[in-house]
Amino acid sequence: MGPIKNCYIRVSGRVLAFQTSFPDFSLFMRRILWSCLPILLLATPAAQAGHWVLLDPKGPIARDESSLMLTAFGLMLVVVIPVFVMTFLFAWKYRASNEQAPYTPDWDHSAGIEAVVWLVPTALILILSVMVWQSSHRLSPYRPLASPVPPLHVQVVAMDWKWLFIYPDLGLASINRLVVPVDTPLSFQITSDSVMSSFFIPQWGGQIYAMGGMKTRLHLLVDQPGVYDGLNTQFSGEGFYGMTFRAEALSRADFSRWTREAPRGQPVLDPITFNRLEEPSEHVPPQLYSAVTPHLFDQIIRKYSGMP
Amino acid sequence: MHEELFGKLELSSIPYDSPIIMGAVGSAILMTLVVLGTVTWFRLWPYLWKEWFTSVDHKRLGVMYVILALVMLVRGFADALMMRSQQALAAGGQAGYLPPYHYDQIFSAHGTIMIIFVAMPFFVGLMNIIVPLQIGARDVAFPFVNAVSLWLTVISAWLVMVSLSIGNFSHAGWSGYPPLSENGYSPGPGVDYWIWSLQLGGIGTLLTGINFFVTIVRMRAPGMTWMRIPIFTWTILVTTVLIMLAFPVLTVTLALLTLDRYLDMHFFTNDLGGNLMMFPNLFWSWGHPEVYIVILPAFGIYSEITATFSRKRLFGYTSMVYATIAIAILSFGVWLHHFFTMGAGANVNAFFGIATMVIAVPTGVKVFNWLFTLYRGRIHFATPMLWTLGFIITFCIGGMAGVLLSVPPADFMLHNSEFLVAHFHNMLIPGALFGYFAGYTYWFPKVFGFKLDETWGKRAFWAWITGFYLAFMPLYGLGLMGMPRRLVQYGNLDWQPYLLVAMAGTGLIALGILFQIIQLGVSILHREALRDTSGDPWDGRSLEWSLPSPPPLYNFAVIPEVTDLDAFTRMKREGHSPPPSRSYEDIHMPRNTPAGMGVGVAALIFGFAMVWHIWGIAFFSLITVVMILVARAAVEDVEWVIPAHEVARMEEVRS
Repeated sequence: MGPIKNCYIRVSGRVLAFQTSFPDFSLFMRRILWSCLPILLLATPAAQAGHWVLLDPKGPIARDESSLMLTAFGLMLVVVIPVFVMTFLFAWKYRASNEQAPYTPDWDHSAGIEAVVWLVPTALILILSVMVWQSSHRLSPYRPLASPVPPLHVQVVAMDWKWLFIYPDLGLASINRLVVPVDTPLSFQITSDSVMSSFFIPQWGGQIYAMGGMKTRLHLLVDQPGVYDGLNTQFSGEGFYGMTFRAEALSRADFSRWTREAPRGQPVLDPITFNRLEEPSEHVPPQLYSAVTPHLFDQIIRKYSGMP
Repeated sequence: MHEELFGKLELSSIPYDSPIIMGAVGSAILMTLVVLGTVTWFRLWPYLWKEWFTSVDHKRLGVMYVILALVMLVRGFADALMMRSQQALAAGGQAGYLPPYHYDQIFSAHGTIMIIFVAMPFFVGLMNIIVPLQIGARDVAFPFVNAVSLWLTVISAWLVMVSLSIGNFSHAGWSGYPPLSENGYSPGPGVDYWIWSLQLGGIGTLLTGINFFVTIVRMRAPGMTWMRIPIFTWTILVTTVLIMLAFPVLTVTLALLTLDRYLDMHFFTNDLGGNLMMFPNLFWSWGHPEVYIVILPAFGIYSEITATFSRKRLFGYTSMVYATIAIAILSFGVWLHHFFTMGAGANVNAFFGIATMVIAVPTGVKVFNWLFTLYRGRIHFATPMLWTLGFIITFCIGGMAGVLLSVPPADFMLHNSEFLVAHFHNMLIPGALFGYFAGYTYWFPKVFGFKLDETWGKRAFWAWITGFYLAFMPLYGLGLMGMPRRLVQYGNLDWQPYLLVAMAGTGLIALGILFQIIQLGVSILHREALRDTSGDPWDGRSLEWSLPSPPPLYNFAVIPEVTDLDAFTRMKREGHSPPPSRSYEDIHMPRNTPAGMGVGVAALIFGFAMVWHIWGIAFFSLITVVMILVARAAVEDVEWVIPAHEVARMEEVRS
């Protein structure tokens, strides 16, 4: 701590004594630098580790959403960087100990400055608003993707605490494993057999809620084969942390081979198996079913939409 | 027989088998016993009863609110420490030390406590103390209602603390979305504790809102026109309007959930005609204005402090007032941004996204006005000013994250992630809590007559702000790495280094809290050296500084005439002389009453009985509340008079 220093201020004839242990602004700056040091020391090695999945998109929707984040961030720096500079500059220049600096105790209004501080943020927000309007429509999860390739339909059911995927056109179903072809529009219908959950594959594109008695939609496309992480982001009870799944994108040829070969010898998802699945469980290993009760998805929705 | 007497309450409701909970309960009980023992040893009970528990003095009530906030801050922070250490450990298949059953309750309690029992009582306490002093009033409009508000808030916090040892707390998050919070998925008493503590505390807050709205509208000193109201009081006025409009929504929403849980209705269930989407809509119709309810008062504090410590008039006062009003109006039109991912159409999402961004404009104006208050000032870096500067920089980072989240397609990626957790802590800690700390340091000498120690205050500030960056900046990164919030365990080892850094940050914040406790102790020890004899230790600008520290019971012996926004600065310049004694008149003061505390105790019993379905006790305690209120309303002799000559004598003794 710096030495205690007496400061005197004269207010219309009256002298006010004021004590401060903070006489020197360079001490202030030094302290800021010191407090940044642990942040830098710890942050630098950490930032090199890890996979920043939201900035590593593997499909057009995710790519668009990801670049939207970066654009909006860049635009905001236009206002925020001047604020940072001005804060440090003003705090430094107009410190009490700098008696050379101009001092205007009664100055409290300037039409010019007021106009700038209202208009510049307004202009920025206008630009961002146009972005919001256009991107909300362009990236609406309900909007089917235009493509010469016919879409793959997948029905998704959030359960306690696993994901059920039903391929209505292929007659297949699986737990905690979603297999899709690349470069094919994916058309998801989503519901929940329990509480509210949120269906999310970060590298493919944004999420949407799964809710009981209701059907939400999501349209995605993935353009690079690979294995990706999928998860529920909406807290849904004790087993929430174990509600993750494998999302696999195969080349179109591999996918059609998979649909022919993988189901062989796999069990059938009949009502009895389904009832067993409804028991709460987490970290459920992936399981493929070679056949599934017809209209199971609609039955699950109807289960909750009855009136008394 | 057992059911009639005890409802669902059983001996096994107490979690004897859980060492973590029993440890927490044990230490809480131990601390309570130490406090009770000390009070008994020093024979302080009559003093506490006469001067504090039965008090209706806004200054005393304010102090009790702030004490509640500080105690609950320690509890809420203990929850934070547990969550951070659990997440630092539980990587790659490790279970950590907290099972989901506990972890889920901890994050639900952390959110509820920090918003409802730290942020709310902290600013309500500060406004209780300062608003009447700033507007030149002798008390609030309804002093008894003020006491009822305090005790309802205190007992709601108690109810949360009781849930620790008897039963459990909600595991459905602080926002308690159904159907998870419905009987089918949460059959125990946890959600009921959450409901009744929010419900009773919410009623206390609503009463406070009405009380201070009337106080500010009706009880300002002569000459204090709308545009001469000090900026802190302006933000409080706007906040009270928000409270009056938003809290009834919470009351109704919780009542509907209560009907679902207690009478098997189906407002928010999955089935039988219930619609769970209604709950998030209603909850955030209260919840988003609530964010501004806790932030606007802090904006007011920052404005006061920036002007005072720059020795300069607040730049753009009129803009500040309109910006505050604009934020308040807009805050009711943005609730849907909490669930862009619910599947609303593009038009709806775009509307709410743009409405949210528009709030950035008045907020940005405020930031620039603070900066131009610094401009050409004489800045003194006392502790309150450090909190303010730390806030300006840090808040901008959180604001950027907020605008990012308000772009619906970006939110599809970031929703429910650690990025979101980083964002709202980045708004609420610098945006609200730092402001309250600044206000606490700034107004402490006014309340207790001596300043807080600057050295320890500054140490606390640096520990807090460094800890804040370490604890929350990594969470932004984790969000971009796809980590969702509320995870008790995770497989991805990439996340662990960031969580270790965040844990280190929490450790630094713990140090900051420790320094604040030391600061209080050191200041009390050195109170003679820190004594504020002038009543105006910071060269203040508004009326509270024209009074001695601490102010007399009646605040103003003579109600001042206000001629300027910076009323006291004007008085100092024009030569402020004490009023001649002949202008003293009789002062009417409200009498102390135990009724406020009585309502609180009966409401606590009611809440507890409702949680455990002990219908008889619930019924009788509710009747007791009504009877106390009716009996109190029938009392006509609620005031006492300090005669003019006695006022003159008291003023003479002081000067």
